[in-house]
Amino acid sequence: MPERWETVIGLEVHVELSTKSKIFCACSTAFGGSPNTHCCPVCMGLPGTLPVLNQKVLEYAVRAGLALHCTIDRETRFDRKNYFYPDLPKAYQISQLYRPIARGGYVDIGGKRIRIHEMHMEEDAGKLIHSDYGHETYPDYNRAGVPLLEIVSEPDFRYGAEVVAYLEKIRSLFTYLGISDCKMQEGSMRADVNLSVRRVGESGYGTRTETKNINSLRAIEHAIESERSRQIHILSGGGAVVQETRHWNDDTKSSTAMRSKENAPDYRYFPEPDLPVIHISEDFLQTARDSLPEFAEARQARFVSEYGIPEKHAARLTVRRETAELFEAVVSHGADARDAANWLIVHVPHVLRTLSEGVEDIAPDAAELAELIRSTEGGAVSRADGLQILEALLSAEGPFRVADYIREHGMSVENDEGALEDVIRRVIEANPKAVGEYHSGKTKAIGFLIGQAMKELKGKSTPAAVHERMEAALK
Amino acid sequence: MGQYVTEIRCGGAVAVDDTIQVKGYETRAGSRILEGFRPLFSAEAVERLERAGYEIAGKSAVGEFGLDLLGEFAHGGANLDASGALRGAAAELVAAGSVKGALCVDLNGTPRRAAALSGVDFLKPTYGTVSRYGVIPCACSGEQIGVTAKAAGEVRELLRVIAGHDPKDGTSLPTETYSYNDGKAVAGMRVGLVRELSAAASDAVQARVTNCAGRLRGLGATVDEISLPLSDAARTAWNLLLCAETCNNVSRYDGVKFGYRSPDYRNIDELYVNSRTEGLNFLTKAVILYGSDVLSKGRYFTCYDKALKVRRLVWEQVKALFKDYDALLCPACAETAYRPYDIKDAFATVFAESLFTAVPNLTGLPAMVSGGVQFFADTLQEGTLLNLAEALEGGSAK
Ligand SMILES: [Zn+2]
Repeated sequence: MPERWETVIGLEVHVELSTKSKIFCACSTAFGGSPNTHCCPVCMGLPGTLPVLNQKVLEYAVRAGLALHCTIDRETRFDRKNYFYPDLPKAYQISQLYRPIARGGYVDIGGKRIRIHEMHMEEDAGKLIHSDYGHETYPDYNRAGVPLLEIVSEPDFRYGAEVVAYLEKIRSLFTYLGISDCKMQEGSMRADVNLSVRRVGESGYGTRTETKNINSLRAIEHAIESERSRQIHILSGGGAVVQETRHWNDDTKSSTAMRSKENAPDYRYFPEPDLPVIHISEDFLQTARDSLPEFAEARQARFVSEYGIPEKHAARLTVRRETAELFEAVVSHGADARDAANWLIVHVPHVLRTLSEGVEDIAPDAAELAELIRSTEGGAVSRADGLQILEALLSAEGPFRVADYIREHGMSVENDEGALEDVIRRVIEANPKAVGEYHSGKTKAIGFLIGQAMKELKGKSTPAAVHERMEAALK
Repeated sequence: MGQYVTEIRCGGAVAVDDTIQVKGYETRAGSRILEGFRPLFSAEAVERLERAGYEIAGKSAVGEFGLDLLGEFAHGGANLDASGALRGAAAELVAAGSVKGALCVDLNGTPRRAAALSGVDFLKPTYGTVSRYGVIPCACSGEQIGVTAKAAGEVRELLRVIAGHDPKDGTSLPTETYSYNDGKAVAGMRVGLVRELSAAASDAVQARVTNCAGRLRGLGATVDEISLPLSDAARTAWNLLLCAETCNNVSRYDGVKFGYRSPDYRNIDELYVNSRTEGLNFLTKAVILYGSDVLSKGRYFTCYDKALKVRRLVWEQVKALFKDYDALLCPACAETAYRPYDIKDAFATVFAESLFTAVPNLTGLPAMVSGGVQFFADTLQEGTLLNLAEALEGGSAK
């Protein structure tokens, strides 16, 4: 009978913060840019320069720590981590070892809790560009000094899928906080995998390896599977796993040993004398707590209960904070929630694909999008026309009026005063719950009533007119 | 050598130690490893002097990174000649009247020692009052720019110009300007004479300290012998921190981006190794080895972290003394003159001499040398130190 093995994984995740300037100088953090154009004497490590902490980095780090349910150290400080490599101009990295900003948090993925050991702030190193034809290596210090958070988990993962879910959760939390874009391909989110295996039932840990250079979620699953098999193969044959750092090659789907424990660098950490101890006040902490947004999970549950949309749709709408906010704005402008969800999940991404744009590149006017959804779902314009209008709306450079577009393209909307009054009266009678909510101060409820009226009118009025009459009728 | 101050100039020009950057001047910090390094900016203290209308006379000579006793191990010529006279050092330029004053970095007492030997004044102000922006860094947690001048009045004048908050220095204190007019009057001042430090100096230096105590009593101050039992531990702690921080700070000099590059290399590793081997002197190498040892795994908590604890204890001990005393009196160095010696003995020699100077570097407290003796005062009490020096120099105490 074959032996059964369990994989034990811990993760070190680096996330680049999206502050405008670097952590210790005023240089831009913009991705790309010609080599060595976002540099100054400070991030080039020239003698005589001194670091000054960017307060935004501290603010972002505190908010991240709170989102990860960590305890924030009210007295945190930086340390110097010594290593000599051409990508590091000072020959030391300003990081945190002894007093990290945050400790002891957790992230829940599905039904499982992954514990966070600690989270700290540090500066990124530069990049080395190796010449294709010669033996030359060119250092580019644009990235040197870009602020990073490093999140160190406890060895709580057992499967690659848990690791992926954890990274997706961190990406969701941090993009909701607006502190990082967490793009693995651009290197703004990186993960090192610490992995060991043990026979099922054993309680101790096996010898672990650390795998670096993993650049996508797919690669991380491959790397975990590959390392797990490699270690099981060694142990099954009676061998011993060597504690070492390994380098993942995504082209060959295999890793190679970089350095063993014996020649692992001694980083000789010591407190950074150029930066004073940071005292985090209760006010600062409270402001950070108050600024935490409603995160994806809570918002998803609320969407289901408040708007009555299916769980699956609520999950899709809350992947990105911007989409979730757009959804609520569109509904508050009178679009039916189910219709709005459908448009944002199906039609908008479809049109964006034909425009070859990313969902992060657009911010359509919610009122206009609501009007378009109502007009189309109410039957005033055909679905094909609706999608054509959507494409025009999403690619518009300046202000865009759906009503004008409809008129200009011969899809003008009739105005039937008698029908309007009639419909409004019927909608109010048929929806006492929403009317009650409106009168008790939940003015958002008017959006639902307008939506119902527009549906009945089949587009035979303008939302502005319906809004005006509805408000008057509710008084 | 054109940039170094070599001739007598009259007027109000100020010399700047070669460990402080001046834009347009080669800044070597006395080391070959920085040969040809021309900084892109001037130190904040230098900029403030220039903005206030002072002329920069040029660079005053220092030993490699200011780590030695008096500048005796500088690349390009020692400051200490066979007769025991200082050459090209700030204190000597001031004593000769070549310059009105000089900015010097005090990281292990060198400018205090030099001032005591040359008979001029040097004031190391409270850590964080003068920006360190533009100082070639070594011992960041305790090194501080101070002022060398002939008399306390000139020290006060120059220090006022360079002190004050600098947003470019994260350790800079928030106060924008300092008047240094707020010191205690000498009449009625309570001075403590540090027994351990006085006893460790030569007879000639002890006589100087005793004489000074007598003159202070004549001016209406009380002088009591007091004990600072941790002064020896303070020396060990400061030298340990200094070595660790210096080791870390000089590791950026690799012969690649600026400074000296060995002509003799076949690959990048040889470029690094040969540039450093040829570019750094024996004392700096000893500091690097010692500093990297005390930070190594397993040694951090038994060495470096202990030194930080000693720093706190010394601070508490000195602070307790300042409850009863306005200033402490002690020697600045063991002897009244020094002779050149072999660089292989430098590490031990500097360690021995820093007994007299380590407490202010370790704790950040202000210290002043005047009339060949040294005074310590409480945080931000530079005014008291200046009043003492002024009174002893025969001026009117403020
Ligand atoms: Zn910069």
